[in-house]
Amino acid sequence: MKVFKLIFKNALRHKLRTTLTIFGIAIAVIAFGLLRTVVTIWDSSVDAAGADRLITRQAVSFIFPLPVAYKTKIEAVPGVESVCGAVWFGGTYKDKSNFFARVAMDDNFFELYPEFIVSEEDFNRYKNERNGCIVGKSIADQYNFKVGDIIVLDGDIFPGRWEFVVSGIYLPQNKNTDGTQMLFHYDYLNETIKQNTPGRGDQIFWYIIKIEDIKNSAEISEQIDALFKNSTAETKTETEKAFAQSFVSASGAIITAMNFMSFAIIGIIMLVLANTMVMSARERTREYAVFKTLGFSAIHLTGLILGESMLIACIGGGIGISLLYPIVSGFEQVMPKGFFPFFFIEPITIILAVSSALLIGILAAVFPIHKALNTKIVDGFRFVG
Amino acid sequence: MSTIIQVNKVSKSYWRNNLEIPVLQDLTLNVEEGEFLALMGPSGSGKTTLLNLIAGIDRPSKGDLTVAGTDIAKLNESGLAKWRSENVGFVFQFYNLIPVLTAYENVELPLLLTKLSKSERRKHVEATLNIVGLGDRMNHYPKQLSGGQEQRVAIARAVVTDPVILVADEPTGDLDKTSADEILTLMERLNKEFKKTIVMVTHDPHAAERASRLLQLDKGDLVLEPI
Repeated sequence: MKVFKLIFKNALRHKLRTTLTIFGIAIAVIAFGLLRTVVTIWDSSVDAAGADRLITRQAVSFIFPLPVAYKTKIEAVPGVESVCGAVWFGGTYKDKSNFFARVAMDDNFFELYPEFIVSEEDFNRYKNERNGCIVGKSIADQYNFKVGDIIVLDGDIFPGRWEFVVSGIYLPQNKNTDGTQMLFHYDYLNETIKQNTPGRGDQIFWYIIKIEDIKNSAEISEQIDALFKNSTAETKTETEKAFAQSFVSASGAIITAMNFMSFAIIGIIMLVLANTMVMSARERTREYAVFKTLGFSAIHLTGLILGESMLIACIGGGIGISLLYPIVSGFEQVMPKGFFPFFFIEPITIILAVSSALLIGILAAVFPIHKALNTKIVDGFRFVG
Repeated sequence: MSTIIQVNKVSKSYWRNNLEIPVLQDLTLNVEEGEFLALMGPSGSGKTTLLNLIAGIDRPSKGDLTVAGTDIAKLNESGLAKWRSENVGFVFQFYNLIPVLTAYENVELPLLLTKLSKSERRKHVEATLNIVGLGDRMNHYPKQLSGGQEQRVAIARAVVTDPVILVADEPTGDLDKTSADEILTLMERLNKEFKKTIVMVTHDPHAAERASRLLQLDKGDLVLEPI
């Protein structure tokens, strides 16, 4: 007979109690994993930002446009490698729930974003199609877009019926790259606007600036903003990371609450397991006295109690982590399409979930171990549970 | 025969709510190797306390206590645990078997602390269970055994390591007369055939009759020591 067998038998002594505790841990790990996944995905948009890219926008807000003429002035700033103008198009594809980013870009966009991989053939086709667009692999799969398909958008920021031809499909370089964007020619947008509403032409929402050396980002930002100081459209230039952070921070309170909740769940389930272990240890007070009488040491008793606690925590944690993947996948399905540009479980989430399960197992055993070791043998035999 | 248990002017007190409750007072007692000693006395006379001191599961407040050549009052907790595992076997009134382990596994428990291999442990456990007449009940759990059988498993667990001394606290206190007789016969056999020194606490005069010596305790002191 091995000690592990005794640990296993002890854990199964109250099958219902152990089963409920295991499922409690599993549910807590799932809830923890799901919340952490949302939090990490939210943050990963910031992490995915390029270190060598700056964003210049209107100083008041990026919803106010900048003149297209700024582009050549920014390109002339020392240390600037290239500049790409961008306009948020908005619009609706069939239904408002079909959300994905639609952005008009200068054609050098893909030089600035090498993580958006587009084949030469697709890009050449795109260049030659005035109303061509390139869509991310994720939305191509989601809406079954193929090269040559027509996408019709109802404009809201730019009213009207807008037709685009799918010229190509870009592949995200890695899991953190947004594969849900629809990108099209700024020139097509600008020319059409000038025809329909001439006063709104030649405007850019933000400039993406690739710099030669990331060490000079602060200095270049200052130089760009100085160029347009006291103009009618003053600028604010910051790193792409800071720009992305400003979007995330708007939801900061929710993210903080989710972060807190994810760890609160772990705390609650730790108390549940601790309660189970305290009850078990209390019921076995006489048995621990027997073990001590037979010569079993403090290490043996610690092993028995800690082993049982860890066994329950590991089984619960294992079940939780196994179920986390299909549940996250199901969660992604029920979320509004395109709400998250990507949705997957980061390795850090699994590491945190496993660590939490192990920590729960250890902490839940601390009090019962202390109690068992500090109860005298004679008191243990007198104990009436 | 040599003296295996030397209790010299031992006192033991407990503290309850800052009140000292003396249980044993300057008690002196010698037990010879191979003796079967019965301790009798009214409740609260200190007989179980004396048994616990001899067995090394409690410590005297005062006095010297040498058992099997070791001054056990001077051992620390881990030293005392090791000493118990090598020298003393215990039999309790309520058997105190581990309910999730079979008879075999319960008897094997003390051997897990030794360096014996699995096959050697099996040999010892089977031999011991055969001695107590439960060779055919090895795979039964305690709840599948009668009280007498449970106590025999407890005795097998107490002697499987071949200890020098066997201590028994009311070993027949929870048994019917037939089962009690069987247990006492088994203990007599362990004493005479296997030369175990036995110290037994009992309320039962019939059980005490089986011992080679009977001591009476009252209010923490020996009051009668028949030869």
